[in-house]
This record gives sequence, C-alpha cells and structure tokens, in this order.
Amino acid sequence: MGDLSDLIACPHCDAVYRVAQPAHGERAVCARCHTVLIAPRRRAGEQLIALALAVVVLVITATLAPFLSIDAGGQHNAASVLDAALAFSGSGALALLSLAVAAGIVFIPVTRALLLIYVLTPIVRDRPPAPGAIVAFRLSEALRPWSMAEIFVIGCAVALVKIADLAAVEFGPGFWIFAVLVVLLVVQDNFMCRYSVWKSLET
Amino acid sequence: MEIAGDVTTARDMGLVACTRCTRVWPLGTHKCGRCGHRLHSRDPHAMQRVWAFWAVGLMCYVPANLAPMLRTRTLVSSQENTIVGGAAELAQHGNWGIAMVILVASVLIPVGKFIAIAGLALGLRRPGALGPARRQQLYEVVDYIGRWSMIDVFVVAILSSLVQLGAVASVSPGPASLFFALSVIFTMLSAQSFDSRRIWDIEAVAPPAAPPIPAPPVTKAHPA
Ligand SMILES: [Zn+2]
Repeated sequence: MGDLSDLIACPHCDAVYRVAQPAHGERAVCARCHTVLIAPRRRAGEQLIALALAVVVLVITATLAPFLSIDAGGQHNAASVLDAALAFSGSGALALLSLAVAAGIVFIPVTRALLLIYVLTPIVRDRPPAPGAIVAFRLSEALRPWSMAEIFVIGCAVALVKIADLAAVEFGPGFWIFAVLVVLLVVQDNFMCRYSVWKSLET
Repeated sequence: MEIAGDVTTARDMGLVACTRCTRVWPLGTHKCGRCGHRLHSRDPHAMQRVWAFWAVGLMCYVPANLAPMLRTRTLVSSQENTIVGGAAELAQHGNWGIAMVILVASVLIPVGKFIAIAGLALGLRRPGALGPARRQQLYEVVDYIGRWSMIDVFVVAILSSLVQLGAVASVSPGPASLFFALSVIFTMLSAQSFDSRRIWDIEAVAPPAAPPIPAPPVTKAHPA
C-alpha cells in the first residue's frame, strides 16, 4: 500500500487520492464531491501573517472608535462596537447574549488572528513548529464558523435602514475600519491552504 | 492535479480518514497522529447528536417567533415587535428590501435549515430523488448559510445601543433575541455534527441496478 502519508482523504466524501502537489495557484479538487483538497499559493504564509496582524490592529481600533452616531429631536447618541455587544447586558438572561455577540464580532476574530500568527511565523522562517502549534491551529479551525464580523456589518446596514425615518444616522470611523476588516477576513479565509499548514506541522 | 477514474474510499481500503487534516490511518486508529482529531470511520453517535441539537434548536425557534424581539418607546407610543411583525411593519412603510432581508434571514433560512437537515438525515437510509452530489451541495449550503441568520440578533444589538435618546426614543432587546440566537447556535451545531461521508455511502452499497421489468409478451389478438 505504500506510505500512508502520501495519501489524502476527502473530508466530505471519504474518497482517497495519492497526493500530487499542485503548482502555486492551482487547486486539487475531489473528483467526486468537488471539495477543494489542496490549494497552495506563493508566499501564502507571509501574506496570511500580514493579514492577521492587520486584523488584530483593526479590530481593536474599530472596537474603541465611535461606530455609528444618531441625531433625533435634539438628542445625540454615539455607539461603539463594544456598546453594541453590551446592548443586552442590562437585562438578566440576555447578558449571555452580550457575551456571544462580543465573542462573535471581536474576541473570536482576534483570537483566530493571533493563533494564526503564532502557528505560521516559525513555518515561514523555516524553523521547527512552535510548541503547541498543532493545538493552536486546531483551535483556530474550530473557531472559524463562529467568527461573525462580516454578518455584523450587514446587520449594521439593515439597522440603519430601519431607523432612517426616525433619526439622522452617521457612520463613524469605526464603521469604515470594520468594513475593511471584513474584506481582510474573507481574503484570509480564501488564502489559507489547510492541507499545506497541517503538512508543515507534521513532525 | 487532475483526478480521474473510479473512487476508492478510505473505508474500502481499510483505512480511517481524519476529517480535520485529511490524513489517513489504518482502521482502528483512535486519534490522528498529525492533528490529534478523534478518528471515526463513521461516527456511530453522530446522528444522535445531529437530532439532539436539531430538536433543541427547533424548541428555541418557537419562542423566538412568539416573544417580542424589539421594544420601541417613543414620545408618543410604545410598542413591541416580534420578528415577523417587525418585518411586516417595515414592508408597510415601503422598505420592501429590508423586510425581505429580515424575512429571509430569520424565517426562510432557519426553517429551510430544519427541513434540510432532517431531510439529509432521514435520506441516509434510502436513495431518494436527490443523488449524493446534490445532497452534498445541499449540506454545504446549509452549513455555510446558517450563520447568516445571526443578522437579526446583531440588528437588535445595534439598535438597542444606538437608539438611546432619552425621552425622544429608545429601543431595548426583547427575550426573543436570546431564543433566536440559541436556535441559530444549536442548528449550526447540528449541521456540524452531520457526517457528510454518510451521504456517499449510499453510492457504495447501492445494489446493482435491477433488470428492467420485462414488458408483457405480445400475442396476436383473437380476431373478433
Ligand atoms: Zn488529522
């Protein structure tokens, strides 16, 4: 049967293939269910680290900067991302929801970015993997579906239309930072070849 | 890499695949030596988890639609809106686009998810109208789209933090927001627990096509 490390199994349909490393920019796809199995990119590691650093900086700035502000009937109010997350905090069981919202739009994207930096930096510099890199990458992958910053931005658009009749709304710097952030998060997800990362963590 | 020819599964080869890092191991290995993921050729308890999360998600979805999502207080009035009620009001004011976004994210997607997961789970036993490739697509759509239902929860969060204008107007979240978020979380867990490899097992175990039922022999009709 040969060496099992030369084989790759499609995680979605269990089909097994012999690994033939595709060239940069090419993709190996499962013949049966079309799941992308391997998709290496040139200098993907460096780009991912740069993106992750940008994500950390942007999330922290966007969280603290004024996000949206509203004027109506002589009253003014501004809210940051943190305020939005804490909107549920005053009301008993709803406080749990505050935690979930804060996690989905702030903590999880930042945690994933930090974990990626930790995992990828030694790989890019051709050093042995960092201690605990496997656990770190597992955690980062497990958190992926729960990172919800992009959904939050669409939610903002919906909220604005909802209150457009009621009040004048203004976007603060936080909103634009967050919009850029969403683009970065999408790029980050598409750049990463998980197979390549796992392969380089194998000892 | 072009891959062609017949498909062999890890199970056929006496191997077990890691669904997280795609490494294969001899059948009977319990833990992936590369990423530490627990290995199951087909997890015997996966379907129980799918149904358990599905049921809890559905139980949360009912109060999410009956209880108020948003409480709005202005100088002249005070009102509570359910999810559907809020969308209906937006539509009345002519905001059809946003009303549709909310209805799609809060009603169409969640209900569609419950039906799709149940259909996929029940369909594992028998080859139905949909082939494995279509079922796999359906599963991927369900898995991808589920998170987007969180939009309405975020809208409530944004409105409640932003619209705090003293006596003029204020908005606060209703209990439905919690139930709705829980429903989204549990249906996501349900979809994640589903082992999509089972979709393809049908292909492997399908009996060879039965010979076509022969037409009745043709005989000459008796002359009248
Ligand atoms: Zn593994």
